[in-house]
Amino acid sequence: MSASATRPWKVPSVLPGFGLALGLTLVSLSIIVLIPLAALAIKAASAGWADIIAIATSARTLAALRLSFGAAFVAGLVNGVFGLLLAWVLVRYDFPGRRLLDAAIDLPFALPTAVAGIALTAIWAPNGWLGAIAAQYGVKVAYTPLGIAIALVFVGLPFVVRSVQPVLEEASREVEEASLLLGASHFRTTLSVILPGVLPALVTGATLAFARAIGEYGSVIFIAGNVPMVSEIAPLLIVIKLEQFDYAGAAVVGMLMLLASFGLLVIINGLQAWTRRRLGNV
Amino acid sequence: MSSPLGALFGRKFATRWLIGLSAVSILAGSQISLAQSLLNVSYDPTRELYREINTAFTAQWTQKTGQALTIKQSHGGSGAQARAIIDGIDADVATLALAGDIDAIAERTTLLPKTWKTRLPENSAPYTSTIVFLVRKGNPKGIKDWGDLARPGVSVITPNPKTSGGARWNYLAAWAWAQNAYKDDKQVRAFIAALLGNVPVLDTGARGSTTTFAQRGLGDVLISWENEAFLVFDEFGKDNFEIVAPSLSILAEPSVALLDGNVDRKGTRAAAQAYLEFLYTPKAQAIIAKNHYRPRYPEHANPADIAILPKLSFVTVDRDFGGWTKAHKDHFADGGSFDQLYKPSR
Amino acid sequence: MSDALSTEFIGRQKAWLRPAHLTRFALIALGLAFLSFFLFLPLAAVFAEAARRGFPAYLAALSEPDATSAIKLTLFVAAIAVPINIVTGVAAAWAVARFRFFGRNLLVSLIDLPFSVSPVIAGLIYVLLFGAQGYFGPYLRSHGIQIIFAVPGIVLATIFVTFPFVARELIPHMESLGSAEEEAALTLGASPWKMFWTVSVPNVKWSLLYGVLLCNARAMGEFGAVAVVSGKIRGMTTTMPLHVEILYNEYNGPAAFAVASLLAALSLVTLGLKTLLEWRYADSLAARRKH
Repeated sequence: MSASATRPWKVPSVLPGFGLALGLTLVSLSIIVLIPLAALAIKAASAGWADIIAIATSARTLAALRLSFGAAFVAGLVNGVFGLLLAWVLVRYDFPGRRLLDAAIDLPFALPTAVAGIALTAIWAPNGWLGAIAAQYGVKVAYTPLGIAIALVFVGLPFVVRSVQPVLEEASREVEEASLLLGASHFRTTLSVILPGVLPALVTGATLAFARAIGEYGSVIFIAGNVPMVSEIAPLLIVIKLEQFDYAGAAVVGMLMLLASFGLLVIINGLQAWTRRRLGNV
Repeated sequence: MSSPLGALFGRKFATRWLIGLSAVSILAGSQISLAQSLLNVSYDPTRELYREINTAFTAQWTQKTGQALTIKQSHGGSGAQARAIIDGIDADVATLALAGDIDAIAERTTLLPKTWKTRLPENSAPYTSTIVFLVRKGNPKGIKDWGDLARPGVSVITPNPKTSGGARWNYLAAWAWAQNAYKDDKQVRAFIAALLGNVPVLDTGARGSTTTFAQRGLGDVLISWENEAFLVFDEFGKDNFEIVAPSLSILAEPSVALLDGNVDRKGTRAAAQAYLEFLYTPKAQAIIAKNHYRPRYPEHANPADIAILPKLSFVTVDRDFGGWTKAHKDHFADGGSFDQLYKPSR
Repeated sequence: MSDALSTEFIGRQKAWLRPAHLTRFALIALGLAFLSFFLFLPLAAVFAEAARRGFPAYLAALSEPDATSAIKLTLFVAAIAVPINIVTGVAAAWAVARFRFFGRNLLVSLIDLPFSVSPVIAGLIYVLLFGAQGYFGPYLRSHGIQIIFAVPGIVLATIFVTFPFVARELIPHMESLGSAEEEAALTLGASPWKMFWTVSVPNVKWSLLYGVLLCNARAMGEFGAVAVVSGKIRGMTTTMPLHVEILYNEYNGPAAFAVASLLAALSLVTLGLKTLLEWRYADSLAARRKH
């Protein structure tokens, strides 16, 4: 499609189709993603600086953002710990049903979030399967931040496992065995030899889970309780602002979340580059 | 690639996709372009009511005109539904929880004139309803009146007045009772703040709150539409719940309006107008009473349906709160009394 | 195997007391407990609640007209969104994985962006653009084009949330393969399209299929973005996940879970196919293993 050799911003290549492929990508990206997101930015800006700051720093917005980020962070931590454990179990041990378990890890990717939401509510509501038991001990799960965190653990579960797994698989056993042969205990070997190797992948996975959890709506909305300042997540605040005809307010909160996600995305890409450098080549 | 997956994804995959795609699009296309179709955008608790009304009206319409007619429904919190209409949902009629939400449509769009309320009888509200309490069987917390809802240790379920029409009626009813009881603005505000402090879940619509209370077992008392409370009896059995009528409640007038801008574009004015007028007919009034709303013309209803409704004394928005525009500004707009008083400490 | 190795080193202790075995047992048990709690239990809840009123009620919930129209709409939306994402995903992967140009990294980040944007925002942006009060809405409306609260809006929102899936699977795979085979085909006189169809596509077809699977699962299951733009008109603009929510709000728990179980079954099929792909074509998928 193109005589690309003359373009100063591109390394020459014998392969064809650059113009067509890049053109198609840019056009679709613009129509589907960039122009609509620009509309969001324009709408948010239309509120004017004073209003933007007022909306962004209002107690309710801050509480919603704190909850979304806080619960997502907790879920990211839980997923970090158990994701590492699961990856370890799946890579290092052989036991009946291992492959089935491995396959099941991706369930949250495949299961629609609304389905997860009503299922989790059925389990954790005060009269639900486990919620009733928890209630006997005075613990409320559904309609509290705890329920939100549980839903977010569910949606973020595969990220850490799938990030850590390939690294563990490729991590050289020889180093580990050498460490054991040199007299180090299992525990020490794990701590000082294996863990540093998987650390970048672990952080990447946990960050991905965190990023996904911040914006999650479908699975949370059923179990959240939606009480302003207590269990109202930021995406719900956007919906509520929209339902009150407050388009600019919705756009401002949306913009705040978008900036946070984009920042996280940059961090994630940096982390992945770090992982690649540490492992040489994945 | 001789595996089934290979076959699915071999060189012919593009053709297969195309065939599949066109088959599906024909299916979906045929289903979207039906003869004449009305869209009724309504609030949360009317699902059962309009299902019955629609069946009755379409039968009558087809009999009268020979024209096939389908009526589509969309339900949600009243504010949310008004927002959908403002954003361009193709609704022929709006049947919302309160006049204020239809006023909002008239204010922000050119879909209907600001005088819409005068175009149909009875303030464009073919039925009324009110607010009652639903408590668990035996009324373990001894809830008798509004004052009990602000007691420490009582858990109250009500939707968010920012998005739910029903919740606005709830809020104003509580406010009216407190004004009557305390006659002092400071005490009224303290009462409302205490009541709101007892709310553990604030759903976006009345239906969400009912689900939370009845199905999920949360809360000691649900502040509810009267019809919604009776519906809980029908759906979950009378053995688990009781209705408590407070000493003072509010006369709720859920309003209906034709959306001229939309019906003229779609060419559905005649059917839509007839649909709204149908709501005032004896047949519809009977259906309305059967679904536990209060018909404007109770003489057409089954007396048994009327007899079970509790006798209450009412305040009205127009008389006691200066109309919806003022009530909205005082209480529900950003910075209104709800925003000032809703400061959960937990 | 290092188990053999460690066995030798700690051979003095009784077998079942060996720390390695104890840890192993404990870790597997802990992992299983975690998964049961967070994964299997919700899945079981879906099917158990769906079965609560027996099989006839289950079938009735799925064959009721609003349910069938929701199923049809869901299939229809996926049938448009997925092919569009295949074309754009392949184009993006070709541009990114086969060429080096200024702004390439930024492009990759932008393609990934929909992954980290809240679904609610994905819906909101189309309301801001195409709603009656939006930037293009009034113009489109005056020309009789309805996007929000109609099928086109649902399709757009779905394309948005599934935009990165295909490209994300293809890019690492194509990068790891390198372009030697394609260059060879060109040298041997193949036309660009011939090279594309006979070398490039067959080489990555398993990761392409993999991406399509994930894309399709998300397209059929999207809730948040679609909820904002749908208007929830029963039988017209309700997809299966929205129909689940509507039924749930109508005290029709068993019917809601019946439709939900269909979606859950669909996701299990997706997982099955995905696992099959990973087992049988592990080599050609090796480059892919990350999300």
